[in-house]
Amino acid sequence: MTPRVAPLPAAPALSRADRTFGALGAGAAGAVGLVLAGVAISVARIAWPSILATGGAFVTTAGWDPGRDVYGVLAFVFGTVVTSVVALALAVPVGLGVAVFLTDLGPLALRRWVRSAVELLAAIPSVVYGLWAALVLAPLLRNVVEPALIATSLPIFRGPSFGTDLLCASLVLAIMVLPTVAWIARDVLAAVPAELREGALALGATPWDVVRLVVLPHARRGLLGAVLLGFGRAVGETMAVAAVVGSRPDISFSLLSPGYTMASVIANEFPSASNDLHIAALAEVGLVLLLLTLAFNVAARVLVDRATGPR
Amino acid sequence: MATAEIEAAYAGRKIVGRVITVLAGIAVVLALLPLGAVLAYVVQHGAKALSLAFFTETVGERGEGMANAIVGTLELVGLASLMAIPLGIVAGLWLAELASPPVARTVRFASDVLAGVPSILVGIVVYAVLVVRMKSFSALAGAASLAIVMLPLVTRTTDALARTVPDSLREAALALGAPRWRTALFVVLRTAAPGIRSGCMLAVARVCGETAPLLFTAYNSRFYNESLFDPTSTLQVQIFTYTLTPNDDWHAQAWAAALVLVAIVVVLHLLARRLVKA
Repeated sequence: MTPRVAPLPAAPALSRADRTFGALGAGAAGAVGLVLAGVAISVARIAWPSILATGGAFVTTAGWDPGRDVYGVLAFVFGTVVTSVVALALAVPVGLGVAVFLTDLGPLALRRWVRSAVELLAAIPSVVYGLWAALVLAPLLRNVVEPALIATSLPIFRGPSFGTDLLCASLVLAIMVLPTVAWIARDVLAAVPAELREGALALGATPWDVVRLVVLPHARRGLLGAVLLGFGRAVGETMAVAAVVGSRPDISFSLLSPGYTMASVIANEFPSASNDLHIAALAEVGLVLLLLTLAFNVAARVLVDRATGPR
Repeated sequence: MATAEIEAAYAGRKIVGRVITVLAGIAVVLALLPLGAVLAYVVQHGAKALSLAFFTETVGERGEGMANAIVGTLELVGLASLMAIPLGIVAGLWLAELASPPVARTVRFASDVLAGVPSILVGIVVYAVLVVRMKSFSALAGAASLAIVMLPLVTRTTDALARTVPDSLREAALALGAPRWRTALFVVLRTAAPGIRSGCMLAVARVCGETAPLLFTAYNSRFYNESLFDPTSTLQVQIFTYTLTPNDDWHAQAWAAALVLVAIVVVLHLLARRLVKA
């Protein structure tokens, strides 16, 4: 028997305007994804002549002399890793302190001001930090700080004091990644459920007990993510480092010697590259840099996203 | 345990807590120290070097102006905003409103990762795609690289804010017969507009200081550019160029340029905050 009620009308198909809107949006969102793939592919393509010409030696040797077509990336990788690690070693404890201040320990009246100040710290352009570092920080290091460090005769503080060296670059980087670390760590800590905090407080925990026993353990992966994001930022930071790193492609274990980083060699040499192979080799440096930052960012994002809830 | 003992144990923990709080406070001071130092130097040295000529003369012409660099920065940032903001808003709305969850998650992830890619690499790409083909450094290439830096920021802000719009508003619009696109544009986007506007402003502020991708896209110039296809000077690149010179006059110019740049960025930040509050 056929049903006597009229069948429900089929769900209306999306109108043409809606389909256009969908296509437009998908196109725009696709563009975002495409740009990422595009960056990777085109950097690799520009680097291709260098990959063919230098082969494995590029990533296993440290010589860099465009005049004689000698290209090896190791000195830049070394400089990048050293400055970033030192910067993180300085910035992470301070950044975590700021984050805990903002979420749990700081007086409420002060938190708003500190937040704004950290935002401002992040907003100052990298070239301005570079200018300040080159004209203020580097002379200070050269004349006051480094002679004192040399007097300690530790092996990492050896040699003449230049001012523009790995130490100076690390310090500027520390200043610049600090807001990143502090900010993301704050987000991660803020995402720890209030019930957990309240439960601990109800059991008689002091605010620091809450942080130590509940908040930090709960947030540790997200915090690791914050540190990795900071590292990614430090590795890719260009202008401020280029101004003070000393621009010498050497591997030296003294923080007082001039060095070079991947991003800053591209900034300094790309605009005046002498020949096509030089350009390709710089692009290959860029490719190594891209792979390194991608690895850190992907790992960091996974950790931070898990800590701050579903996307 | 006697109450006194409990109190004693608690007192110990309270003291530790105080100490740690003070340490966190010290961390804040340490973090803000460089901010204060940088701002103080920029304002002090910058104000000394600022003059009328700074805003009216071009770069290098007797070495005392940056008029063309100021115009260049505004021009590039304006063009980049025109490219990235509409595209980013549409992409963000689509992510929040129409995309299927797995696709949306992938694009969000890609865009977050893109935001972490060093901007100098964007410069290399734009150099290869635009500068080499057009055989000239140009304002257009510079703006394109800034737009690429902005795009993920705008997309994610729009997406995140659109998703905070309550579903009841969407349902109400759809129940009244509004198609999805009208719902997205006139209900969701409108509701989220103040936040999105402020997010866009922050993205603009961010690219105002972006230098690395301009070094070999917009390059530099001593003159006003005649068209969008000419090399263009910007405050950012000019600061960097002068930083690397040993010349005190140029250093003074760089401080003045830094002051102008920081002022632009700070004003944009303040405006962005006003918008969110309003």
